[in-house]
Amino acid sequence: MTFPRKVVREQPTQRGLMGSEKQAILDAEGLQALLTALKARGYRVIGPTLSDQAVIYDDIETLDELPRGWRDEQDGGHYRLVESGEDRFFDFVVGPQSWKKFLHPPQQTLWRARREGEAVTVTPEPAEPERFAFIGVRSCEIHAIAIQDRVLIEGPHADPHYRARRQDNFIVAVNCARAAGTCFCASMNTGPKAESGFDLALTEIDGPEGPLFVAESASAAGEDLLGELPRRPATPEEVAAGTAAVAATARSMGREMPAEDLRDLLLRNLEHPRWEEVAERCLTCANCTMVCPTCFCTSVEDASDLTGQETSRSRRWDSCFTLDYSYIHGGSVRSSTQSRYRQWMTHKLATWHDQFDSSGCVGCGRCITWCPVGIDITEEVRAIRDSERDPVSES
Amino acid sequence: MARGEKKPRLAVWKFASCDGCQLSLLDCEDELLAVAGALDVAYFPEATRAEISGTYDLSLVEGSVTTAHDAERIQEVRRRSKFLVTIGACATAGGIQALRNFADVKEYTSVVYARPDYIETLATSTPIAEHVAVDFELRGCPISKRQLLEVVSAYLAGRRPVTPPHSTCIECKLKGNVCVMVAHGTPCLGPATHAGCGALCPSYDRGCYGCFGPMESPNAVSLSRRLQDLGMDAAALKRVYRSFNAGASAFRKESERHGK
Repeated sequence: MTFPRKVVREQPTQRGLMGSEKQAILDAEGLQALLTALKARGYRVIGPTLSDQAVIYDDIETLDELPRGWRDEQDGGHYRLVESGEDRFFDFVVGPQSWKKFLHPPQQTLWRARREGEAVTVTPEPAEPERFAFIGVRSCEIHAIAIQDRVLIEGPHADPHYRARRQDNFIVAVNCARAAGTCFCASMNTGPKAESGFDLALTEIDGPEGPLFVAESASAAGEDLLGELPRRPATPEEVAAGTAAVAATARSMGREMPAEDLRDLLLRNLEHPRWEEVAERCLTCANCTMVCPTCFCTSVEDASDLTGQETSRSRRWDSCFTLDYSYIHGGSVRSSTQSRYRQWMTHKLATWHDQFDSSGCVGCGRCITWCPVGIDITEEVRAIRDSERDPVSES
Repeated sequence: MARGEKKPRLAVWKFASCDGCQLSLLDCEDELLAVAGALDVAYFPEATRAEISGTYDLSLVEGSVTTAHDAERIQEVRRRSKFLVTIGACATAGGIQALRNFADVKEYTSVVYARPDYIETLATSTPIAEHVAVDFELRGCPISKRQLLEVVSAYLAGRRPVTPPHSTCIECKLKGNVCVMVAHGTPCLGPATHAGCGALCPSYDRGCYGCFGPMESPNAVSLSRRLQDLGMDAAALKRVYRSFNAGASAFRKESERHGK
């Protein structure tokens, strides 16, 4: 499993990756200069902010808006922000929302129609020409964006809205110097170090006078921008400190997906008693699919006004956990909770491979943290796997 | 519904209720003229004295059945209505007055009224659908004005109203709310509650109170275990499901699991 195999943006260029400037050091001032330069280039700059006691991606202009000195505490059905007492910018991991909210927003009007006399005019909703710069994208999230690219624009029917929002993004990755209790990217081969799919990557290290960032560029745009910022070449010690921090993160993952051929494991256990067991806990509330950075399903809804003059069609995020989602003539195909949980998990981990040539899971752990009752996808896989290994535990 | 010259006749009926849902219709200030333009408001005692006998194309029924007289009257309303929509928690689940279903109504009346012998009432408060066939149920205490306009617009256009029966969690996520239960530890009925209010309480950092009743496939047993972890005892669990939708099957059963 090595992906992203393909990203829409240009691939890393060789120029700029050579020579002494391969890795540069930015300090806080350099980071602010990065935000300012992106704005000057016409980007809408989005980054992590503190809101509602969580880390939320939102518009930012200055470093003051970043959750500096905060970290998150995550477990099944549990998220808390705590002050870390350390002067670091990116010590939290992923929050309740992902970049999906900008690239594949929760609600999207598709077209509007207007009746005048006997004539009806249909106007497609124009795709929004926004140029996003995303600050602090984690490796798991880069993989998630690559997966949504594959689903929404690389297939035979590209989604114009996603494509417009995805075009010309500037991605500033942050390599994770900490893992949360629900992280498992290391076992999904999707992190914690960003390998591709970004313009600039930052690794935060502790400097003598505050946080420093080991910066590397992976695109011409990234290289150009880095060249404009106040910086100096990184010392071998600084590069080593960054590498060590990310390696330590990989060793401290809160969760681990069993190393197994998940596709075959799940597909040969479609009638496993564990599905019924998890259904006793599952609320079918759909939170896992809403927070998942790769879940892409939508439902189409029509609206009409009282006078019958104006109508519109829009789509909104939907979930395989709702009954309407699988409603066909005569009823819902997946009426039981076990069939809905099984659909979600087997699609995510098994049939996604058949459909899109990769897993649909990037190990970000959001479905575990934001499940109100803390259902853990890694634990569910482990229970099924272990039952094969040890027949005694099979019920 | 095809638009002929004649406008469909609308009736709004009241049974045991607080009038709040009917008022949602009058609350549609910006849209009220459009409603009046699209429909002939033929019977609406809350808004007008004009009464037209005969039949009605669209009947909105508020309130629950709590008296023998109302049990008969709803049959008459059904006979006069081509399309009958119940609006609100009283009409769809029995309302807060369905608390009597868990108790002895005679005891209640003896405590509340000076002359309980003047009171003629049934032992239970029941939703309209337990008495007559209902064409569409609109949830909420009170109903959402936006959803009411959707039901009326959909009726006029001859399409199915978009009032999804999934959890309130989906509304929170569409709005970008941070989960109050996961991030703040606030007990919330959202995962078991029917969407429709626009996740009103969680948008103001409060847990959901379940005003829209049970969602399509509620797992209240599992949710209660979580609420217990967050500090709710049996008495609190019994009460939390026993409010405006106490009479709705899933909430009633879960409430009774935690005490009589």
